[in-house]
Amino acid sequence: MSEEIEGTKTTEETVVNDQNEMDDKVTSPEKVEEAKLKARYPNLGHKPGGSDLLRKRLTKGQKYFDSGDYNMAKAKVKNKQLPAAASEKSGGGEITGDHIPTPQDLPQRKPSLVASKLAG
Amino acid sequence: VLGAGGGGNDVQWCFSQVKGAIDDDVAEADIISTVEFNHSGELLATGDKGGRVVIFQQELESKNQPQCRGEYNVYSTFQSHEPEFDYLKSLEIEEKINKIRWLPQKNAAQFLLSTNDKTIKLWKISERDKRPEGYNLKEEDGRYRDPTTVTTLRVPVFQPMDLMVEASPRRVFANAHTYHINSISVNSDCETYLSADDLRINLWNLEITDRSFNIVDIKPVNMEELTEVITAAEFHPNQCNTFVYSSSKGTIRLCDMRASALCDQHSKLFEEPEDPSNRSFFSEIISSISDVKFSHSGRYMMTRDYLSVKIWDLNMESRPVETYQVHEYLRSKLCSLYENDCIFDKFECCWNGNDSVVMTGSYNNFFRMFDRGYRQDVTLEASRESSKPRSVLKPRKVCTGGKRKKDEISVDSLDFNKKILHTAWHPQDNIIAVATTNNLYIFQDKL
Repeated sequence: MSEEIEGTKTTEETVVNDQNEMDDKVTSPEKVEEAKLKARYPNLGHKPGGSDLLRKRLTKGQKYFDSGDYNMAKAKVKNKQLPAAASEKSGGGEITGDHIPTPQDLPQRKPSLVASKLAG
Repeated sequence: VLGAGGGGNDVQWCFSQVKGAIDDDVAEADIISTVEFNHSGELLATGDKGGRVVIFQQELESKNQPQCRGEYNVYSTFQSHEPEFDYLKSLEIEEKINKIRWLPQKNAAQFLLSTNDKTIKLWKISERDKRPEGYNLKEEDGRYRDPTTVTTLRVPVFQPMDLMVEASPRRVFANAHTYHINSISVNSDCETYLSADDLRINLWNLEITDRSFNIVDIKPVNMEELTEVITAAEFHPNQCNTFVYSSSKGTIRLCDMRASALCDQHSKLFEEPEDPSNRSFFSEIISSISDVKFSHSGRYMMTRDYLSVKIWDLNMESRPVETYQVHEYLRSKLCSLYENDCIFDKFECCWNGNDSVVMTGSYNNFFRMFDRGYRQDVTLEASRESSKPRSVLKPRKVCTGGKRKKDEISVDSLDFNKKILHTAWHPQDNIIAVATTNNLYIFQDKL
């Protein structure tokens, strides 16, 4: 699966699958990148594709204790204009559980749905 | 210097149309999430994050200009899915349309399946161009007439009216997926279809909504032992018993539904051997297959992983027959791509009508075409700058090191927010639909 790329290799050339021999003296760009990542995040586990990452992916969207929690978090996100934070590894950015919701706090009902701009 | 290859040595791609808003402030709902031509290519459907579907129809070629292909104009638009909240599981269900698949046309109406993370819907799109007029008991505006004033009887007749295109949900296939649906695929038998989520694949009959058959289940008894998920699935184009599904570990399994009811045992396993000394932290992530598509012939299948497109011969499981590098220069940027989550972007891929060229998207609103026969490839860009009608697209080039030539763009200047994840190729002609974040570009070859 690895393809070693030297700086002078002609770009945009179709590469038919042939196994390149690994030159022991040249570190693959992937391993260089891996070293960079480990330097920045020394606590990163050794099995990135393993169950932790996958389980976070499977439970995407599941972060609220109950619907009150969910609605409060939505209101907070709307006010703070936070970007959508659900990512495969960080597991989302909304804060929950720090406020007991009351009817006044809850966001307005979602406004009537607007037509797509592609149809404009 | 490479020609603007794609469908032969002499194909030149021209801008045809662009749909969507020009402004840079993109509302999340407007993010395009799927693009699909129907089987004749006359209709082009898009789905977006706001749960809306827009269908474009190709105008008939004008007799005055036989050299120009018809333009695609809005035919129908409707709200397919709405946001939901699963109170039992505290789970937000996005209305984003993950996939649209058309059914082959059987009568005057058109049918498509659209799905979000949890629910698949069958939509009927039909035309109405006449209406009955001349009722005895009703006025034309609908008000009831006083029956005592009726002195004669007449037979209502159908009169022509302005064309109205109506979309109505005919079936709702719900509650069959615990995990997020990533694929739907209509079987060549036109009676059944499959839906796949991260761990399971279900088989449905298009007429029956209250039950489906589970045909693949890779959920381990102990979730701690989970090592891979299903990323895409598709039925074979003409063998109704055969389907494939791809995994996050870069493997593809081909299953035969005649072998057993539960297809957990694959008939074929397609996997390219990896040199263990090359393995890195990123290896598994970038090997995850984001899309799998059979060729129209059914002889080959194509897979897309983060950096490449691979063509597999169904008769050979040991390795792909062709591998095309989409943006190999990103291999030395994997650390930052992991940090900004781009390494998890799911690019799709597609075949042209005669399986001679394949296409896939990249960053900076670039997309790539690989001509399998001529062994040429080209990088093109979907941008407003090259949007003059019928202007020929100029091939783009990314500079990977050394001196940057004029008109080349360096890897560090690429805009990773401008991703082309969804592309589609007309089933017969050289017309392609390319979706940027919120715009749909239509290009065609120069006639």
